[in-house]
Order: sequence, then structure tokens, then C-alpha cells
Amino acid sequence: MLYFSRWKALAIILTAVIVCLFAVPNFFSQERVKTWPVWAQRHIVLGLDLQGGSYLLLEVDSNYVKKEKLDQVRDEVRRVLRDAKIGYTGLAVRADAVEVRVKESDQQAALTKLRELSQPLGGLLGSSGQRSLEVSDAGGGLFRLTVPQAAITERIRQTIEQSIQIVERRINELGTVEPLIQRQGTDRILVQVPGLQDPTDLKRILGQTAKMEFRMVDPSVSPDQVQSGRGVPADSEVLMSEQSPKVPYVIKRQVLVSGGDLTDAQPGFDQRTNEPIVNFKFNSSGSRKFAQATSENVGQPFAIVLDNKVISAPVIREPITGGQGQISGNFTVQAANELALLMRAGALPAPLTVIEERTVGPGLGQDSIEKGKLAAYVGSIMVIAFMLLTYRLFGVFANIAVAINVAMIFGILSLLNATLTLPGIAGVVLTVGIAVDSNVLIYERIREELRGGRNAISAIDAGFRRALATILDSNITTFIAAAVLFYIGTGPVRGFAVTLGIGIITTVFTAFTLTSLIVAGWVRWKRPKTVPI
Amino acid sequence: MTQSILIALGVLIVVLTVVAVFDLLPPLRIVPDVTHFDFTRFRRISFPISAALSILAIVLFFTHGLNFGIDFKGGTLLEVQSKSGSADIGAMRASLSNLGLGDIQLQQFGGPADVLIRVAEQPGGDAAQQAAVQKVRGALGDSVEYRRVEVVGPRVSGELLAYGMLGMMLAIFSILIYLWFRFEWQFALGAMIANVHDIVLTIGFMSISQVDFDLTSIAALLTILGYSLNDTVVIYDRIREMLRRYKKMPMPQLLNESINSTLSRSIITHVTVTLALLALLLFGGQAIHSFTAVMVFGALLVGTYTSIFIAAPILIYLGVGEHREAPDTPVKKPDTPAKK
Repeated sequence: MLYFSRWKALAIILTAVIVCLFAVPNFFSQERVKTWPVWAQRHIVLGLDLQGGSYLLLEVDSNYVKKEKLDQVRDEVRRVLRDAKIGYTGLAVRADAVEVRVKESDQQAALTKLRELSQPLGGLLGSSGQRSLEVSDAGGGLFRLTVPQAAITERIRQTIEQSIQIVERRINELGTVEPLIQRQGTDRILVQVPGLQDPTDLKRILGQTAKMEFRMVDPSVSPDQVQSGRGVPADSEVLMSEQSPKVPYVIKRQVLVSGGDLTDAQPGFDQRTNEPIVNFKFNSSGSRKFAQATSENVGQPFAIVLDNKVISAPVIREPITGGQGQISGNFTVQAANELALLMRAGALPAPLTVIEERTVGPGLGQDSIEKGKLAAYVGSIMVIAFMLLTYRLFGVFANIAVAINVAMIFGILSLLNATLTLPGIAGVVLTVGIAVDSNVLIYERIREELRGGRNAISAIDAGFRRALATILDSNITTFIAAAVLFYIGTGPVRGFAVTLGIGIITTVFTAFTLTSLIVAGWVRWKRPKTVPI
Repeated sequence: MTQSILIALGVLIVVLTVVAVFDLLPPLRIVPDVTHFDFTRFRRISFPISAALSILAIVLFFTHGLNFGIDFKGGTLLEVQSKSGSADIGAMRASLSNLGLGDIQLQQFGGPADVLIRVAEQPGGDAAQQAAVQKVRGALGDSVEYRRVEVVGPRVSGELLAYGMLGMMLAIFSILIYLWFRFEWQFALGAMIANVHDIVLTIGFMSISQVDFDLTSIAALLTILGYSLNDTVVIYDRIREMLRRYKKMPMPQLLNESINSTLSRSIITHVTVTLALLALLLFGGQAIHSFTAVMVFGALLVGTYTSIFIAAPILIYLGVGEHREAPDTPVKKPDTPAKK
């Protein structure tokens, strides 16, 4: 135990030094570090609880996705049956299925056509044998089409992927620093925005699907007539205005141009009235559709609808052929900015709900850093002092090992770009307590061996050998706890698990290598007859 | 203030290092070199006491309950700091109780300007929680600084609780399996009983003290588990070694010798960990206060007691060393030097 070949000693020292060096970038400012080579830029990321910021967990509305999917199936059924000139009745979505009834004579043809709608899941590589649609014959000409769970899950997965892109675009438009947007589980999106103090705006922006539609106002019935009991025509519906006082409009269901055809939208001011407006541009197909619709309906009002609310309903004065337009809807400057942002970023495929929110203000974060640092310093220094008092020279050895140990923890945290949280700092402090335990185990064993009558060198050797087995056993159990904590934990708790786990690894490393190396060096140098322990 | 504390402590370290290197003071000995406490005899007292305490803890858990934080209960938590010096909790309570959000608790937190506001989970799913926090923000307006806002919806809280419990069990079982590989099954079982005992008592403590039971508490419980096991394993390691070396020593004596010979290590390590935890408790701030308080109770008090008075003696009942030779044969003194 006490003999190290020169190469082995060199390898140990080199490993320790290199790992410690990775901690260096943390002592310099971000701007300074950016000028360094990429491999040297890795640094510890402060958790939101320390630097302040917002954490949001969003969930996609899976019922909405399911309903959309069924509506789509219904439309496809209608199209297929019409194309095949098969008469049908009672086509509707009923309790998780699309039902349709055809005449006895057409049953076989209808079944073939409906089966064609069903495709293997997962495209060409789909080997699961699952299909996108199941067609069952309920007898008497009634067909029931259901969407298997696997197909819905696949659809939710796609929805999440699209949503992440849109969420990214919207958040980047807000101009925040280094937001983190990632998928969590099957139907959730995690959003972390460092430095954001009040997530109200963010939540409002993410909480809208922003489905934008340009539709005609139905002139055949006035809203007043509808309110006094007259029926709404089948191809129209009543929508309310976005702004209060809420005013009803009767709007045609047909969509002239949708938000997908927008290429740009910018907030601006109306030159005459000086009120905030949003200028928008269509792509070529949108321009064409918009030009055609406006030239056919000069003098009629049309409506700009966002998430089924009417933003404004201006009258078309002349055909708009340039593919550009402006929306003026008594906006505030902020509302115009937001609308433009939403139009640029595009619509979410399904609504998102905030299911968890954690925001830490910068004041608390700074306080936490200061308190955590103070606790860490005081804790470490008290432990160091105690070790010196108890073991004297060997206490110095232990403290050198612990100092290197802590430096290595920060080195590894930097290497992994890990997140340091307040419980994480607690983990480091606790590691200092546990790290000296390995030294205590070794030293107490050496003392025991000395009492047992061994000479100095033999006692040191036996002490190390016997204690190391114990150190390994006891640390592995703690490591298992840390690993489980990492697996189940989120945010701050995970930060604790990370530092605790890394701390255990470095502790075992230093106990096995550095501590013995230092003691071995001392033994070779002094050739001691007694051990001052 | 902070600066001067650190400078003082730094100077202390330098002085102590010089003292240590030049051997100017005798070493500090907290525990005498050789002790012969009869720890195992206490098992007739410690086992009933532990059983009673565990039952008490379980009863407390069911009658008193745990003070579930919003992580597991759902709802909204705001930590606000009044901008005008000290906070007027009465006025805040009055303005918040008009919002119709049901049970709202306000509590001073840290300094006189800091207030912790808890709003119970609102009926009506995730959107309702968001509406509630908006209302509270609206009512308090700009008179306060929002230091922390946490909103946990009903589904997330259920999942977090389930994951937390799952994690605890997973940890206990993986450690059990590891110990089973490294030792014999009796040791693994003994460690697990000790483990469960630790956790039950700590939960009892949480129930009495009504500290917030949240995700950090789960972290604290798992750390206590790891730490207490660390201690247990050190003693078990020694017991295993003694079992191999002294084939004829009766079990109670063997356990006593094992505990006594690791006693100075146990106590010194406890002192160092206590120092670390005390620093966290005194200087670490409110955010980790309940975390460290639970750790001090669980790891230091219960964990140590368990390793010495439960985990070791329970091996007798689990049948370790049953097939040892009759105890009336002369017993070798454990203090004689080990043969090399």
C-alpha cells in the first residue's frame, strides 16, 4: 500500500491536477471565458434557485389532440365516400370513435375504401404491426372507426415536437438569455428561463394556441337577431370579440387565409390615428387567396380571428393584392407587440397548460448564494480545524486531501456542465464531512494497529489496507442513495444528488490514491519510528 | 461581518496547521483509546424502546399527519418581501382573504419583511391554480418583491409524491441487494430493519415538528438513509472481520468488541458531520433550514443510535454466529495483536 511506482504516482497527481483545472473557468467572468478555447469553456451552471429565473412545466392537452385526430378521420371518411359516390348517413364522432352508416348494397365497397384510410404506424420502418386506424363492422351497415392508443401516442409525440419549435420561437422572440426548452416524458415541455422575474407575460404568450384565421362576416344575420332567438346559418357561427366589452359577431366557418400563410408580422403605428397596429405579410399562396377573397367581397366586412375570438372586423374598401395588410384593433403597444410575436412564431398544434411553475427572484437567489457560500466556508473550516486538533500532522494530510477533493468536485461539475443548486451546496458541505470520514477510518485503524503492537510502517500499511475495504463498502451504499435521488429528483433535489454522488466518487478516489500517496511520501522521507497520530 | 468571521477562521487554520506540523500540542482525544462498553446488553432496553418509538411515530403519522408542502399537496406558495421595511401581515391577510381562494396561510419567514404565503390547491385543475396566483399577485401588487413563487398543479403533485415514495423503496431495496452480495443475508436484513427504523422515526419527528414535507425532505430522508447505512456498514465490516478472526468468541461479546473498536471513528466522524450540518443550519438560510434540521435529527441522533443499538445487536436475533463453538471455551483477548 505504501509503495507507489514513479509512474503510478505521476498518474495520480496528474489526474487530480487535470480534474481540478477544469474548475478554473468558474473563477472568471463569462465574457472572459468565451474567448478561451472551446474545451476550456465548460463551467458550472447555477440552478434557477441560485441565479433566479422561471421554471415552467407545460402539458399538451391530449384530449384536444385526440378530438382533432377523430375530426380529421371524420373529414377523411366524408371525402373518401363522396369520391367513391357511396351514399352514407349519420357520419359523426361518437365516444372515441367515428361512426358512419351505409346502404346494404354498398357495404363491401365502403369497407374497402375505409380500410384504405388505415396505414401502418411509423411509416416505412413501422414493424409494430400497429395501424393508424381500426375499422370494425358493427353490422347493419354501421361502421365504427377507432384510433388505436399507439396512433394517438404517436400523434401526441408529433404535437410535442412541433410545439417545442413554436415555444422556442416565441421565447426567443422575447429576447431572454439562454432559455432551456426540452421535452419531458411523452406529453410535457419543460421551460427554464434564467433571470425572468415575472413569468406572467411568458405564461400568457405560451398559453395561447394563436390559431389565426381570416374569415368573412356573415351579413345575412345580424348579431342582434341571433340574440333575439334567430338561428345561425349552418355554415356560420357566433364568435365574441377579443376586447371587452365583448361583442358577438356572426362569422362564416370557411377560412379564407390562415396564419400558416403569414411570413412576417411587425408592430407599428397607424400614420393617421397614431394608434398601435400590426403589419403583416403573406407568402405567395396566401397573397393570392387574400387578393381573390378581397376582390370578390369589396364593401363587405371580414374578420381577423385569433383562437376563436374576433380581433377586428374591418370592411374591405378595395381589393388587397400586395399580400400585405394591417390589423388595427384598439391595441395597446404591448398587445400589438404580443400579437405580432404570436403571428410570427406561428400557431401551436394544440393548447398547452402550465402544470407546474417555480420562480425565484434575483434577490433570493443572491441571498442563497451568499448564505450557501458562508455555510460552506464555516463548515469546511470547522471540520479542518477539528481534524488538525485531532490528528495533527495527519490532520494536515487529511485537509490537503479534502481540499483537493472539493476542487475535484467542482472540476467534475464543470466538466459535466452540471447545475449547482442550493441543496447542491449543502451536498458539497456534507461531502466534506463524509470525505474526512475516509481519513478518520484509516487513521483510527492505524492507531488500532499501533496499539496492537505493530511497528510504525507496518501499522500504517495495515491501517490503509483494512480501512479501504470498509471505505468502499460504506461509500457504495451512500452512492446508491444518491443515484436513486438523481433518478427521481428534479431541479434543486437533483442538484443535491449530483454533488453528493460526485463527492462520493472523488472521496473514494482521494482516499485510495492521494491520501496514501501523501502518507507514503512522508514515510519515505522521514522513515518514522513512531506515528504522531 | 461575514468577512471578519472568515478571516478569523482562516487565521485559526493557519495557527492550527503550524501547531500540528511542529507538534506543539498533544492530540485531542475525544474517546479513550480502549473502551469496553457493554452495548449489546442494552438490546433488552433498546429494542422495546425502539419498538415503542416506532409505533408512536406511526401513530403520529396517522393522527397528526405530515405537513405536506405544495410539492405533494398542490397549490401555490409565494415568498414575498415587503418593500417598505417590515411587512404588515394583518393587512396582507385582510386583502388576500377577500379573493375567495379558500384557505390562505401567511407566516413570517426569516426577517420581519419576509412573508410566506400558502394558498391551498384550488378546485378546477391546473388552470385554476394559475388563476389563483394571478389574483394574489394582483392583490399584493407592487408593494412587495416576489422572491419565490411556486405553483404545483394537482397532477404534478400526485406524481411527485408517487415518485418520492417509489424512490425511497427503490433505494432501500438496491442497498439491500448490494449488502446481500457483500455480506450475508442476515446483515442485509439487519441493515434494512435499521433503515426502516430510521425512516419511521424521522417521519415521526417530521410529524411532531410539522416541518414542511416536500421534495427536499425526500432528499433529506435518502441522505439519512445513506449516512446511517454508512455507519452500519462500518460496524458490520468490523463484525465480519471479527467473526473470521475470533472463531470462538461468543456473539454478544464479539459485537461489543466490534462496536467498541469502531467507536472512536464513529464519534469523530459524527463530530465532523455535526460541524458541517451546524454550519448549514446556522448560516445556510431559510431555504435549506428544514432540510438540515431533519438531517441533524435523522442522521446524527437516530442514525448513530440505530447503528450501535439496533443494527449490530439485531444480528444475534437474525442468527449470525449461531453455529459458533460453545462459549465456555477460553476466549482469546481481542486486544492481542493480530497475527500478520
